[in-house]
Amino acid sequence: MLRIDQTCYEQLRRHGEETYPHECCGVLLGRVEDEDQRLVTSIARAGNTRTDSPQNRYNIDPRELITIQRQARELGLDIVGFYHSHPDHPARWSSTDLAEAHWLGCSYVITRVEKGQARETNAFLLLGGEEAEKQFQDEPLEVVAQIAETKTPA
Amino acid sequence: MKIHIPTPLRQYAGKKASIDVQADNVGQALSALTATYPDLRRHLYTDEGKLRAFVNVYLNDEDIRYLHKESTPVKENDSLSIVPSIAGGAGACCCSCRMNA
Repeated sequence: MLRIDQTCYEQLRRHGEETYPHECCGVLLGRVEDEDQRLVTSIARAGNTRTDSPQNRYNIDPRELITIQRQARELGLDIVGFYHSHPDHPARWSSTDLAEAHWLGCSYVITRVEKGQARETNAFLLLGGEEAEKQFQDEPLEVVAQIAETKTPA
Repeated sequence: MKIHIPTPLRQYAGKKASIDVQADNVGQALSALTATYPDLRRHLYTDEGKLRAFVNVYLNDEDIRYLHKESTPVKENDSLSIVPSIAGGAGACCCSCRMNA
């Protein structure tokens, strides 16, 4: 179960609309309550470095992630997952998403943006003890009016 | 020096977010880390002993691939970050996704 603060949910969907027809991407910050529940209390936007194919690919610069991670640490937050958009494409993981996902145990949130409007948003949990076994599992996504600790790292 | 462990690898590192090691270079630091937490090794290295392609290692804010890789010297106050890559995209979609949209 991924529980996400309403404001964060709206922010990540709006991000996808702003970057349309390109994919947006960012980091979900919060805390892990237990193995079955992650809470998102803040998001951090990231730039998409895939300038060669931004309409159907995304990549976050590791250096930017390190900066986000450092800021989050100062607020006592952890990386619990990532988000990106699929412009004019279903809010389902693709084979590319699976091949390039390496944060086992983290949530990957995908929003379909149709003609510039955010539509469905779905969450998938990356499971597996190691790379060869990894797989995405549909993850229930609950939008919560307000989760305590809604600080922003920037 | 301090090594920052990413969320997915903490379960193999005593659930710690960071670990202090003594080392003169990046290779020694990673060796010290995997000596203490052997289960980390297969997540960081291939069977041939090379760092996995999707595992980025940054010394402070610099990618070690653009420094001297694992021979890059380190100082006591440096920090090493292990950052699995984050990428993907709609690109080639799974066969059932359009039906599930």
